[in-house]
Amino acid sequence: MTTLTAPPETTRRRSGLMGQLRERGVYLAVAALFVFNLVFTANFATPDTLRLQLIQAVPIIIVALGMALVIGTEGIDLSVGAIMALAAAVIPLYLGYGVLPAIGMALLVGIGVGLLNGLMVAVVGLQPIIATLAVLVGGRGLALVMADGKLTELFDPTLSALGYGKVFGVPLAVLLTVVLVIMVGFVMRRTLLGRQLVAVGGNRKASLLAGVPVRRTLFAVYALSGLLAAIAGVVLTARTGAANPAYIGLEFELFAITAVVVGGTPLTGGRVRILGTVMGAMLMQLVSTTLVSHNLMDSDRRIVTALIIIGAVALHQARRRSS
Amino acid sequence: MVKSDLAPRGSGAKHDLALEVREVSKHFGGVTALDNVSFSLAPGEVRALIGENGAGKSTLIKVMTGVYRPDAGELRYLGERVELHTPRDAQDAGISTIYQEINLAPQMSAARNLYLGREPRTRLGLVDVRRMVSDAREVLSQFGVYVDPRTSLRELGMGVQQMVAVARAVTTDARVVIMDEPTSSLEPREVDRLFAVIRALRDSGVGVVYVSHKLDEVFAICDSITVLRDGKRVHDGPAAELDRLGLVGHMLGRSPEELRSAAPSRRTPVPHDSEVPALLNVQGLHRRHVLHDVSLQVRSGEVVGLAGLLGSRRSETVKAIFGALPVETGSVHIDGVELAPVTPARALAAGLALLPEDRKLEGIIPDQSIKENIVLAALPRLSRAGVVSDARRDELVEVFMRRLRIKAASPNQKVRELSGGNQQKVLLARLLCLQPRVLLLDEPTRGIDVGAKEEVRALIDELADAGLGVVLISSELEELADGADHVVVLQDGRVAGELSAGHISEGEIMTIIAHHDDQQSQVGS
Repeated sequence: MTTLTAPPETTRRRSGLMGQLRERGVYLAVAALFVFNLVFTANFATPDTLRLQLIQAVPIIIVALGMALVIGTEGIDLSVGAIMALAAAVIPLYLGYGVLPAIGMALLVGIGVGLLNGLMVAVVGLQPIIATLAVLVGGRGLALVMADGKLTELFDPTLSALGYGKVFGVPLAVLLTVVLVIMVGFVMRRTLLGRQLVAVGGNRKASLLAGVPVRRTLFAVYALSGLLAAIAGVVLTARTGAANPAYIGLEFELFAITAVVVGGTPLTGGRVRILGTVMGAMLMQLVSTTLVSHNLMDSDRRIVTALIIIGAVALHQARRRSS
Repeated sequence: MVKSDLAPRGSGAKHDLALEVREVSKHFGGVTALDNVSFSLAPGEVRALIGENGAGKSTLIKVMTGVYRPDAGELRYLGERVELHTPRDAQDAGISTIYQEINLAPQMSAARNLYLGREPRTRLGLVDVRRMVSDAREVLSQFGVYVDPRTSLRELGMGVQQMVAVARAVTTDARVVIMDEPTSSLEPREVDRLFAVIRALRDSGVGVVYVSHKLDEVFAICDSITVLRDGKRVHDGPAAELDRLGLVGHMLGRSPEELRSAAPSRRTPVPHDSEVPALLNVQGLHRRHVLHDVSLQVRSGEVVGLAGLLGSRRSETVKAIFGALPVETGSVHIDGVELAPVTPARALAAGLALLPEDRKLEGIIPDQSIKENIVLAALPRLSRAGVVSDARRDELVEVFMRRLRIKAASPNQKVRELSGGNQQKVLLARLLCLQPRVLLLDEPTRGIDVGAKEEVRALIDELADAGLGVVLISSELEELADGADHVVVLQDGRVAGELSAGHISEGEIMTIIAHHDDQQSQVGS
């Protein structure tokens, strides 16, 4: 569990085709869609298109990394889209002090809102879905107040470098995402926090009796989710060249949950799949590309996404029943 | 009292039993919950249904109330064979149940709860709220409950809620009322009132099944007693023909006669009240309705047994010591140093370790590997700057898997896939790799196979001989008589008596359990 690679399965009872599908379904689906597009979609196999696939998936991947950690503790974080909006709203306010202080403030706001979520969940004892729902509603409202309800165009060379810069042809934002994936993977696989958070999600009572600092763990996890959402907000703002709190991050909580669930992390907690989550986000991106390039509408994308979610959950249910 | 709703229901043949369970068996997977159990209840009879954990009480109640269908045997109601498919069937037939956890709608008013599903109607078919409220006020006053029936239930005390549940069960035209530990949240005064209600029910020909583990209540109110143990009926007869010691003997599976000559403990006793200072010193733990001035001491190398029936608060006592159950007053000292406030993390750091009673709910993390389960508590000690050392972890896991002889395909196997005995060993390994000084073991041998039981018992001896202090909770008297140097008997959250080395036997423990509450004020008489 909780490894960057697939877990070492010592008791592999589910070895057949169905078993493989459950374990690696999301990888197979991404591979299949990729091949399909290579063959049937015009101009897909060009560096520009491939680069675009990655760049467009970046914000969702970053947000979904934090979401995966929260879901691992048997929680959920609906506030991530609002945190993106808050981060975007903060940037123009502090851009006068320089781009790095502005980004730093945006990230601090993300951590702060995450800590607020942690406070409500771990100390007050609210259900995560209720606590973060309140922040989803209130956070975007606050972002709009801060931005005076307006879109602010940003002309900062450093910021647009983050959105459009490349190193050896690889976009900076994609490199940043790779680093984040490795870091979160390391947290899950090697650190005390990673081990303890899946323990809390796997059996909270047992964790308490084993001396696991449950509250501190929950605080850390929600704060990390807030930080990652804020990073995604900064990246997306840099890419669009404008802070637009009314639209940035809209429905991202849903995209992120979808990526996590499709990637094989159960909503019941106790297990986190980082690479699966990345693949889940890539799958959503490829579905969107496939449909758009074959002249289908955004509404069709939504319906296909719905079917994928249902399929992924059905596979997990089947696994739980079989074991 | 409550006469208006409880006129005698004389229809049908007088000789018929109100409810009869004939030779019923029920299995869950490979586990036999009920084995050929018979149970009968006459109209106007109050029958106690008694048994310790796992005796089959709840299963039998669920068979009688349509929750479970028996695998074999039959159910007869008012002389006729019946099939109850749902709890609703049982209710419609006139079998009413008051569950331990009150199953009412807390956000609705007391009156609503009382008449839920059978509200009085106006001519237009709407709920006649005014009549419902005035009826409710009258009914509740008969039960000694004087509250505004429009108050939502959750704003009323637990005792009042319990009485509303009783009132609801009794006023639904029931011929059989099953009460599952109805007094667990009642004050003594409310218990008296409940008993008056039960007597009124009896006088009007209603049969009452009374489930309780409080011996004084059973002898105060019940006409007859049925005892289950391990899914079998082990006793059935009038209450007058059984004394307390005999009842305790049936519950624990020991007849008083065979106990007189108990074998001496296999342990070389450690003198309990020696000059040696206590390793663990617990003083005056108190929590309202749960623990009352519980004190105990454990010395290095000593096994202190905690004995008592179900509901005697043994688990609560060790949880309170460990800081997992908050107390209002009381202190815990380890080696003379007070833990204040006690939290599980602080207790662990001071060298206390708790093996919880409920292995599945509070012990294992089922979907994680043996490895992760063993090191869960030790993770901080295996980490530097927040990074866990895999090498040190694997080494620790290997040592303890070998030492406790945990049988598994590999350390990566999921704990869920292990047998009960091996799961228990994993949990013991989790505690032992912390190198604790005092172990709190809550039913360490429950639900594991015979071989594993012996291994765990030998391990406890070995640990005590190595100088650890052990608090051992067990429902098996034999385990305490054989394995403890000192026994503290609990009853209703109080220390009912203590036995020191040389005086510990199954008979002595049972005698304390049976006769403790003789000295207390009698309830409900």
